Amino acid sequence: MHDSESIGIVTPQRFYFDTPLSLESGAILDSYEQVYETYGELNAAKSNAVLICHALSGNHHVAGVYADNPKNVGWWNNMIGPGKPIDTRKFFVIGVNNIGGCHGSTGPASINKKTGKHYGADFPVVTTIDWAQTYVRLADKFGIDEFAAVVGGSLGGMSAMQLALDAPEKVRHAIVIAAAAKLTAQNIAFNDVARQAIITDPDFHGGDFYSHGTIPRRGLRLARMLGHITYLSNDSMAEKFGRELRSGSLSFNFDIEFQIESYLRYQGDKFADQFDANSYLLMTKALDYFDPARDYDDDLSAAFHRAKANFLVLSFSSDWRFSPERSRSIVKALLDNKLNVSYAEIPSRHGHDSFLMKDEHYHQLVRAYMNKIET
Amino acid sequence: MAKQPSSLTLLRPDFAIIASWIQPGSKVLDLGCGDGTLLGYLQDTLGVHGYGVEIDDANILACLNNGVNVIQSDLESGLSGFESNSFDYVILSQTLQAMRHTEDIIKEILRVGKEGIVTFPNFGHWKNRLQVLFGHMPVSQTLPYEWFDTPNIHLCTLNDFEQLCHRHGIHIIERRVMNGSQHITIAPNLFGMLAFYRFTCGK
Repeated sequence: MHDSESIGIVTPQRFYFDTPLSLESGAILDSYEQVYETYGELNAAKSNAVLICHALSGNHHVAGVYADNPKNVGWWNNMIGPGKPIDTRKFFVIGVNNIGGCHGSTGPASINKKTGKHYGADFPVVTTIDWAQTYVRLADKFGIDEFAAVVGGSLGGMSAMQLALDAPEKVRHAIVIAAAAKLTAQNIAFNDVARQAIITDPDFHGGDFYSHGTIPRRGLRLARMLGHITYLSNDSMAEKFGRELRSGSLSFNFDIEFQIESYLRYQGDKFADQFDANSYLLMTKALDYFDPARDYDDDLSAAFHRAKANFLVLSFSSDWRFSPERSRSIVKALLDNKLNVSYAEIPSRHGHDSFLMKDEHYHQLVRAYMNKIET
Repeated sequence: MAKQPSSLTLLRPDFAIIASWIQPGSKVLDLGCGDGTLLGYLQDTLGVHGYGVEIDDANILACLNNGVNVIQSDLESGLSGFESNSFDYVILSQTLQAMRHTEDIIKEILRVGKEGIVTFPNFGHWKNRLQVLFGHMPVSQTLPYEWFDTPNIHLCTLNDFEQLCHRHGIHIIERRVMNGSQHITIAPNLFGMLAFYRFTCGK
């Protein structure tokens, strides 16, 4: 589909960091590469930079398309571009691929220079705290003292919060969408089922599947299918698929019969072709570990005491994986610290995935907020 | 764009009264803040730090466009998202009469704020009384709705509100009664259209 407001052709770039990175786990990453994309122009004062933090399966390709693959549209192309809610005519937007990921930044599928082999299971567990450090280093490379805004949904929203907590002077505004201050037991449970699906796949080989020439496809597929169910709402699934049969009649076997089965298997297959199993394990762990109140006796307000940013917090009514209630607890902590915050609960039918969808009210809210940001 | 508080002061005498009760630089919570005009006015004229609370989607958007903090929430379910004693003033401007849990919100206002400021249309105004006398529910400038489409379910007079305050041991610090831009001091329950109360806990 032609999109007149698309940023157009974009090119990923990379920075190499050879200063060791001390991770929350205690491990040290001697060096790493970080892949990113930028859209728009950094102004002379370097005061118009917006960092986009990605979610579980996202990456640095946030908007636009690639010259060699015009079908590969950035995952948040409906939000970012010239004239879009995050307007690239005003802002210099940076999309980043987190370390531990599998889209170019150093991760488990990268070659460990020390061993000459894939990191695999040896890649250290990374957390939002570690990513926040990398964002600061990225800002430094550009000479950006402070991001005008840091924006993210889901895990990306948590990453944005983490940066606002760990580097308060670097974040002027934080837009936290469909996120939570920590995962619930139910959420961790979903993540662990996904991890177990991968880890128990015979093709996983303890994370060293690269040297065995295999991919734990069955595990990845199941993990994604499970995840996908939780990203949608019961209503949106019913609306999209209902109990519709593929062939029109029951076949009394275990092949694909209902359309929802077909859809989920397709999503699972597609994902297994694209995503690294070790990265998936790491990303879900980063979700589980995110808990800024942990060091503050579970007092989130105390945790946010060091934050300085202005916040926009958004949730979606049909999101049961990161419910509005979870966002309200973030808002409470911000209010307790008298930080500037606005909060909207957006009526939606698409569950957690709503944050990726084009919805007029949602986009108007982001647009209004971004318009007010001074650069 | 620079706002012009002076013109807004003229256009909205009710804003000027509320502003006159608020210390510059204080913390303000505006319940049922609408499009955020009042809060924006208080920010611009008094440098208050404030938040609005609204339920309506379009108003949330308007607040963002007006550059005021707004929290989307249903006042009927209370103010549990706000700590006790965390605001200097909690304002409920022309919303009381449309609320179901009238007593609860008054209590919540004084839990969260040191002072409460409530404004409402005075049902006791003589024109309203006259319309009832002639057998109709009143429709007026301050009560612009027909009986069948009004959001106002808990209309009251000055006397009624003061009785409620008395019952809950609420101390009324100050009362202003207006009719348009005119201050009403004689027989306010009869001649006042809009009532303004500033109150605090009795103890």
